[in-house]
Amino acid sequence: MFAYYLRLAWLSIRQSYGLSLLMVLAIGLGIGAAMTTVTVNYLMSANPIPTKSEQLFYVQLDNWDPHQPANDNGDPPDQLTYRDATALWAANKAYRQVVQAQMGAVVEPEGKDSLPFQVSGRANSADFFAMFDVPFLFGGSWDRAADESMQQVVVLSQSLNERLFGGRDSVGEKVKLAGDYFQVVGVIANWLPRPRFYDVTTGAFNEAEELFIPFSLLSQPKINRNGNTNCWKPSGEGYEAFLNSECVWTQFWAELRTEQEKEDYLTFLNAYVTEQKKLGRFERPINNRLSDVMQWMENQQVVAQDASLMMVMSLMFLLVCLLNTIGLLLAKFLSKAPQIGLRQALGASRQDLFTQYLTEAGCIGIAGGLLGLVFAWLGLQGVQLLYGDEMKGLAELDLAMVGLAMLLALVSSLLAGLYPTWRACTVQPSQQLKSQ
Amino acid sequence: MFELGPIFRALLRQKVGAILIALQIALTLSIMVNAIFMMQQRSSQMARPSGLDEANLFYLSNTVFGQNYNHEAALADDLRLIRGIPGVVDATQINAIPLSGGGWSMGLQHKAGEGEDDIGVAVYMVDDHGINTLGLELIAGENFQLTDIEWRPAASVSWPARAIVSQAMAEALYPGAYQTALGKTVYINQNEAIQISGIVKTLQAPWNGWDGVERSMLVPFQMENRNGRYMIRTEPGRRDELMPIIEKALAESNKNRIIRNVTSLEDTREDSYRSHNALNKILLLVIVILTLITAFGIVGLAMFSINRRRRQIGTRRALGATQLQVMRYFMLENFLISTLGVTIGAIAAVGLNIWLVSKFELAPLQPQLLVFGVLALYLVGQLAVFYPARKAAAISPATATRSV
Repeated sequence: MFAYYLRLAWLSIRQSYGLSLLMVLAIGLGIGAAMTTVTVNYLMSANPIPTKSEQLFYVQLDNWDPHQPANDNGDPPDQLTYRDATALWAANKAYRQVVQAQMGAVVEPEGKDSLPFQVSGRANSADFFAMFDVPFLFGGSWDRAADESMQQVVVLSQSLNERLFGGRDSVGEKVKLAGDYFQVVGVIANWLPRPRFYDVTTGAFNEAEELFIPFSLLSQPKINRNGNTNCWKPSGEGYEAFLNSECVWTQFWAELRTEQEKEDYLTFLNAYVTEQKKLGRFERPINNRLSDVMQWMENQQVVAQDASLMMVMSLMFLLVCLLNTIGLLLAKFLSKAPQIGLRQALGASRQDLFTQYLTEAGCIGIAGGLLGLVFAWLGLQGVQLLYGDEMKGLAELDLAMVGLAMLLALVSSLLAGLYPTWRACTVQPSQQLKSQ
Repeated sequence: MFELGPIFRALLRQKVGAILIALQIALTLSIMVNAIFMMQQRSSQMARPSGLDEANLFYLSNTVFGQNYNHEAALADDLRLIRGIPGVVDATQINAIPLSGGGWSMGLQHKAGEGEDDIGVAVYMVDDHGINTLGLELIAGENFQLTDIEWRPAASVSWPARAIVSQAMAEALYPGAYQTALGKTVYINQNEAIQISGIVKTLQAPWNGWDGVERSMLVPFQMENRNGRYMIRTEPGRRDELMPIIEKALAESNKNRIIRNVTSLEDTREDSYRSHNALNKILLLVIVILTLITAFGIVGLAMFSINRRRRQIGTRRALGATQLQVMRYFMLENFLISTLGVTIGAIAAVGLNIWLVSKFELAPLQPQLLVFGVLALYLVGQLAVFYPARKAAAISPATATRSV
């Protein structure tokens, strides 16, 4: 029976192909626009580390100006001072913890012809790699002792290892970095968490760094740290004074496996701040925060406002397309009133008619959905073209999105078909037959 | 008048179709008006002048890696070399690039001390060639003298005695009387006195999204910086030709550093506003497609309603209605539907705007735009219904005499 309805639908669609094309096009455009923006939003708000996003906590302390909060909404500053971050790290109270900041340095490759070049890097303590599930190609992380004794060790990214060592296992080799020799202890495999959750202060969708060195090396001014630095009071002359200042420029994450561990850690943080208050620091009320990965992404508004704005607009766009389809379907079905009257007179029940016309609506929906996928793909290409690298990895259709697009197309076209179908079924056969 | 009564009564007999079109017009109007408004806002942001001679400027990074690098001497050598190249107008070392998104900010306050109100300002550290290099217009006071320039060691926190501020910064410090800022002493870093020795007309901060983007200041510093930047201004039309020449000359003159990120300011502007540009293009596309879909919807529905009424139309024609009167009927019908649509749409547009303002950082809608949107949709409706109406008018009076 269903095959018969499909055949009828096909005939009907062909009969008024112009109108059918218009409906398919409208649904296709609506679905295409909606899927483009939904995909971008979905990928921007993706959980970058689903297995342990609820066990990783970003730490915030409020060391800010007693006269003025760091943020208008009362949130503490989004980074920590060097002295606090290193103190928390030294206390070692969490299961794992990492203190980190962004840095940059010049690498001088061996060989006369090779030119020195600048790399972006991260200074972090050893737990970074284990905490954030960083995949290693060769070797592994350095250990806590290396952090404590400020060893000159380095972990390279796959691409940098490719550039410096032709991609071979370079563990044990030396790299000349910022004028000093560093020993390679590991090479990580390609790693591109989206968003780059471990540090969103310098752009949530930047690429991962090219190399990693122990954070303790930043205690010397030799390494160029970069990233954002915010100060609320003068720091005093010299690098030592800067390190001890109230300027925030480091990030601190703690891995806490249970609710109990989290509570204990918060207690520890409160005790730490209370202790610091005695030294005349932390003049604001205690305002310590532990945010897990997704909370922190939300707090930092990782999903660009423009992206959400576009999604709202495109969903409204889809609504217009659906209204359009309802109107056209209604017109089409009502123009078939004589046919419907005839079929009813020949014994078709209302339910039969209902199924038949809904099948037709569904067919148009599926065709629209398929066209919508093409439009969505085109739309994402366009987005990538317009936004450039910023959108790398954020404008790709995956299977889940394709499924969602088809479902959305089918459901919305069936919904759009409901009212016209119902109207078609309530046609009075006698009246229609009379006028023939 | 104009058979408005009969048209209205006929519409009531097929409400749903009319309501659907009206709703479509309403949604189209509310999306269109808000989208155009967003585009206008972005465009006006992009149109703000940076105050710089953008077309003829470029900059580069000087990253030092050698261990025995005499920063002060090397900087003097570099600047002498660049300024000596034919085609170069001027050059300066600078700490931050306007429009680039990265830079320094400080607060200036009227009174010294902690807890005093301060006004945020972007800081550009340049030498006495700064104003000429950037192409700024000095509207009061004077440029830095060679003797004003101080050497700033890395991690130093002290500030020079003088500064040149942008007009917007002067206005923020002395509302309504920016000229009076000249010669005044303000405090930087809470306690350090700094005298305003000049005012430039426009100089934007590096952050285009900052609400204080017009507030900036120049301070006379040459910096010890392992990652310094040089800004270079060329004669008109010679920028692209000189960029590689200067890069090469610098790289070869001193091997203890690398020259990288040689970028024109025009490219920086494009990068800076890339997402604005992209959003505007997308919104424009949305508006066009949306209008087309609505128009085609109107055409489709009108065609069907005319086909269903062929006999009535024929009868009217047979009874003496002119073609013009038939056309007028459908145009007026569309006008009535559009009126319902734009009424709902205007309310919805304002509602959507209020919601967008509360949810995103947007300004409230201007009423003129709403009027424009309403007129535009009336026009779209009339244009869309024109073809079906002509078809209707072409129906022969003889149709009335035939049975289907």
